[in-house]
Amino acid sequence: MRRHAHRTALLYGALFVCALYFLSPLYVMLVASFKTLAEVRGSSIVSLPEVWTIQPWIKAWSEACSGLECNGIRPYFIATFEIAIPAVALSVLLGALNGYVMAKWRSRFADLIFTLLLIGSFVPLQLYLIPLAITLRELNIYGTTAGLVLIHTVYGIPLTTMLFRNFYVALPDELVRAAIMDGAGFFKIFFSVILPLSPAIAIVAVILVFSGIYNDFLFALTFGETGKRPIMAAVQNIVASSYGIKEYNVNIAAVMISALPTLLLFLVAGRFFVRGLTQGALKG
Amino acid sequence: MRQRCRRRGTGVRISANRIKAWFVLIPCVVVVFYFIWGFAAYTAYLSVTKSTFLPDHEFIGAANYRVLFDHHRWWVAYSNMFIFGGLYLAGCLALGIGLAILLDRLTGGETLFRTIYLYPMSLSLVVTGLAWQWILNPTIGIQKLVQDAGYPDFKFNWVASPDHAILTVAFAAIWHGTGLIMILFLSGIKSVDPEIWRASRIDRIPAWRVYFNIILPQLRATLLTAVMLLGFQVVRSFDVVVALTDGGPGYASDVPARYVFEYFFERGRIGQGAAAAVVMVVTMILIVLPYLYFEVRRREA
Repeated sequence: MRRHAHRTALLYGALFVCALYFLSPLYVMLVASFKTLAEVRGSSIVSLPEVWTIQPWIKAWSEACSGLECNGIRPYFIATFEIAIPAVALSVLLGALNGYVMAKWRSRFADLIFTLLLIGSFVPLQLYLIPLAITLRELNIYGTTAGLVLIHTVYGIPLTTMLFRNFYVALPDELVRAAIMDGAGFFKIFFSVILPLSPAIAIVAVILVFSGIYNDFLFALTFGETGKRPIMAAVQNIVASSYGIKEYNVNIAAVMISALPTLLLFLVAGRFFVRGLTQGALKG
Repeated sequence: MRQRCRRRGTGVRISANRIKAWFVLIPCVVVVFYFIWGFAAYTAYLSVTKSTFLPDHEFIGAANYRVLFDHHRWWVAYSNMFIFGGLYLAGCLALGIGLAILLDRLTGGETLFRTIYLYPMSLSLVVTGLAWQWILNPTIGIQKLVQDAGYPDFKFNWVASPDHAILTVAFAAIWHGTGLIMILFLSGIKSVDPEIWRASRIDRIPAWRVYFNIILPQLRATLLTAVMLLGFQVVRSFDVVVALTDGGPGYASDVPARYVFEYFFERGRIGQGAAAAVVMVVTMILIVLPYLYFEVRRREA
């Protein structure tokens, strides 16, 4: 019995030590973002602020400089949502439609094509950069919100299609057959039979695609509009480019702000996050 | 399904619906196909052209590859990918599998610990790199912490050290990637037949042996998935390097993905960058092929 208790203590001890490793960056950033600059430089990174201040957060939000522009990270934050919302909506809707076609109007050809697309979506994105630049320029949307919406929609489709296809395959074919008997057509079946059954997978797809777009760095860096770059490119730039005295506390607050949306999403809807990640991982 | 419906006399409507189905699918497939395989093929083509600041279609054979393979910096970046990759894979797998087993032993608090180990996954690799940059920064981070604690000679300056910078990148990336591996293995372990536990208790086999000799060998497919996922991450890793060391000091912690980007957009050597990108993909195919081979064989069996 005592040996058992001993083991349990050891088990929790090991888990606790690992928890420290995973939590330490978050903790260090949180406390630093509430310190004054003098205190960040003078005090230890693990100590709590002696004087709590939200000044770094305010400054990071509306005054921090990226290059010569000093409007804080707010414009980039907003720009990211302007890109992410339409791109998520489009790629999820198109993915649902494609998944519906593939699962309920089966064709071997479509399966083969999508396997090819899925394999393709693992190719290093660097390979697409130059052709993308040319294409966006020809379409006259280089360095615009529309350009990034297009990019994220197109590259999101293989993933969303796969998620919906695998979900719809499990729905009984009788649903579609019965609807056809009732005289419903292709789109009617989709919108009034299939789509109402899809919230569970739609949430997974939205969360996965949104965090992918929000956390994107490469496309943001390459195709973002100066002054309206997506958040990850902007925050990296703010941290790397501060002239003069490095305002660590402001930079850290900027990083915290940029991390908050997906972090909150994870804390609120972690269940769906996990399901998406494992499904995406296992079937991709 | 088509045939079954036809028997019931709705064949005409079915085929009309089928046409609609194709109308939905085909434009999407064509565009995505073009953006993925068309673009990849075009970049491969650029790698044998004279392209510098702008794409140029003059064919120059393997010249870009020759320049690339003579470039010391490329080999630093390329071998960094393997150093980083080896550490990243070993770290994520060891820590992820270990944590999955520990969590499986747990009677209470699993959700809390799981959330703690998994949350880095929701953050971007840029945030990951920047967060670790502060901890590893000698003037405010760990070095200062230990020095202030009474060890003024303590040195921990790996981020700025040519020999160690790539190790810090791996360290930060492991922090980010372990959660996914843990969750994959945790669900794998839990899906194993619980009969095993009753049987092993009767035979008095210790728990750790059950994990290592019975359960983990059954999770070979999970392991392979994990290795593939991590492998893809390694080849495309760009964000965490830029955010943590930006390839520095000098180019000591450069990686192929960053090399390609720099030669495309900052040095105006598109042909050479494209050649580097092609080498990246070829490397990746060499990683994927064994997986496909295994999958096909498993499905045939």
